[in-house]
Amino acid sequence: MSDQLFQAMRQSIIDGAPDAATELAQRALVNGIDPLEAVTQGFAAGITFAGDQFGCGQMFLPDLLASAEAMKAAISILEPEMLKRGSQRAALGKVVLGTARGDIHDIGKNLVATIFSASGFQIFDLGTSVTPEQFVAKAKEVDADIVGISALLTTTMAGQKAVIEALDRNGLRPRVKAIIGGAAVTQKWAAEIGADGYSRNAIDALDLAKNLMNKVATRETSQA
Amino acid sequence: MRPRTQLLTPELVGRILCEAFELLMSPGVRVCSAPLVDLFRSAGVAVNDGVAHIPEPLVRKCLASAPLDFYLYNRQGERAVHYGGDDVQFDPGSCCVQMLDPDTLEARPSETRDLVRLVQVTETLPQFAAQSTAVVCNDAPSAIGDLYRLFVVLQHSHKPVVTGSFSAAGLQGMIDLLAADSGDRDNLRKKPRAVFDVCPSPPLNWSEFGSHNLLDLARAGVPAEIVSMPLAGGTAPVTLAGSVTQHAAEVLAGITVHQLAGPGSPVVWGGAPAIFDMRTGGAPLGAVETAMLNMACAEVGKQLGLPTHGYLVATDSKFVDAQAGAESARSAMLGALTGINMISGAGMLESLACHSVEKLVIDAESIASAYRLLRGIEIRGETLATATFAQTGLSGEFLKLKETRALFRQEQHLPDAVIDRSARGSEPPSDTLARARARVDELVSMYQKPSLPDDVLRKFQSIVEREADKAGVDSALSG
Repeated sequence: MSDQLFQAMRQSIIDGAPDAATELAQRALVNGIDPLEAVTQGFAAGITFAGDQFGCGQMFLPDLLASAEAMKAAISILEPEMLKRGSQRAALGKVVLGTARGDIHDIGKNLVATIFSASGFQIFDLGTSVTPEQFVAKAKEVDADIVGISALLTTTMAGQKAVIEALDRNGLRPRVKAIIGGAAVTQKWAAEIGADGYSRNAIDALDLAKNLMNKVATRETSQA
Repeated sequence: MRPRTQLLTPELVGRILCEAFELLMSPGVRVCSAPLVDLFRSAGVAVNDGVAHIPEPLVRKCLASAPLDFYLYNRQGERAVHYGGDDVQFDPGSCCVQMLDPDTLEARPSETRDLVRLVQVTETLPQFAAQSTAVVCNDAPSAIGDLYRLFVVLQHSHKPVVTGSFSAAGLQGMIDLLAADSGDRDNLRKKPRAVFDVCPSPPLNWSEFGSHNLLDLARAGVPAEIVSMPLAGGTAPVTLAGSVTQHAAEVLAGITVHQLAGPGSPVVWGGAPAIFDMRTGGAPLGAVETAMLNMACAEVGKQLGLPTHGYLVATDSKFVDAQAGAESARSAMLGALTGINMISGAGMLESLACHSVEKLVIDAESIASAYRLLRGIEIRGETLATATFAQTGLSGEFLKLKETRALFRQEQHLPDAVIDRSARGSEPPSDTLARARARVDELVSMYQKPSLPDDVLRKFQSIVEREADKAGVDSALSG
């Protein structure tokens, strides 16, 4: 019974069907299925599959976003029960996102927010044209693991550097990782401004963030 | 008969405009700049929570005051670019951040020397009616980067310039630079040498610096090219027709602002629309649908009788290769057949992320072919062939005829050495990139730097120094 339900949950995410995902999440609760198990064995498996399919060119951004929306719908049903049981799904990490000061282009940043969120990261989206001080304040407030700064324009790319410098000045790095993205951003620019990572698109950014979190975990383990 | 293509029927253009006018009222256009809000309110436009709801009659009134055509002038004060009618002109792509190194075939940050080389080659190629501020000079202070690019181009070229400013503060310095070049601001207004690209942010958003630039250009009487860039499916409706409609609404809003600030100031129905790549999230400039968007957007502008602009002749390939050639040549042809007045984008690789001077000379050949196509099949005598045969009979000796010698240069575009049509000889054949490299070297050796009067150079230098001081950066620039 559960296996069939988990399979249907997985499929609802792959299909990008929020109504089906909601209904399945509700059914899981009615049937007394552990909500955390519903997420890990059902819905999250769908997101992983969708990400893989996207990676090999079988699914496209609208498909992926629909999957992310379906995931969001399922989580919103399951989350209260998980909280009640104290079995909340451990976030992969806390990520503060925003576009650099002066830049209002947010399509890439929004894609990253949606895909990260669906994949289990906790997202704090500061929106567009965010100052270095705002990035720093939020990173401190939420004890962020990663700060992601997006910039489309060559003129606002300097803002990415300013955020990284501000994180440094405030002693947040190397604990907090800074990642950057945007149409004009290159690996070279990332290296030049001392970013911890750069990626060409939102899916690559997810891998990058997961790898950075592994490094954090490894370091913390070795320190412990 | 001049060949042309048309994607939209007049009825469909009417429908596009009708819906664009609806969009201008609902949801309206986001406006971030206080002076723009004031300007709109003084014209009776309701602005609520930063959103302007622009009524069609006001837009129509502003369209009526926009000039139907205008010229850009070269340094000698001669008309060199005609914005209007079906005239077609090309300029290299603008404001790229990287340059393809022809030896290593790697993209590296572009520098002043790259901009100079691009300007030198553009200057010598008749296919380019205008220069562009083609690449960001990463070796110059970024705070005055826009001004610096124009400073470099003006020192190295006689041609008109397609340029732009990425900040509100930087524009006045650039206008001062052009005024110094033209004599003064009044001369610049009468005989503008440059057009400035000004971009709304899709969807339906006029950012603070975009609005400031539009207002300042209109008031200075310096031509503005409104380059709306909806990405179909990403920042605009996924349908091409829907994106063309959004483009129309964004440009109509821009023209309204522009004409309210400076009635009669020259303005261009421009654009860099593209589809949104559903795999990469990028903007594939080489896609045929991107070309179709540019064509359709220009057709809407043409039906309104306005000067037009598009972004074509670019590729998504990272190399000067078959994909680059195919995509760029295809869109050069399509843009020309649409009669777009200024077509920007030549030389650009990697979806506008990288420039290549070698690609520029190859694109120049595609452009030359497009111009040839535009001339169509011309009738040159009383008869088509019978008078010729009256001379040759069945001898087949056409090569000896006077008319062959007199007309072959008009009938055929004679490509330069970039295009290989030779028979295979004893030497190993070269590829296009190798031939392009040699052609670039040849053109650079032919190039002659303009000799600018000392007082103009001094003015240039003092403007750059002034703006550098304002920005708090080192002004030791050689250009």
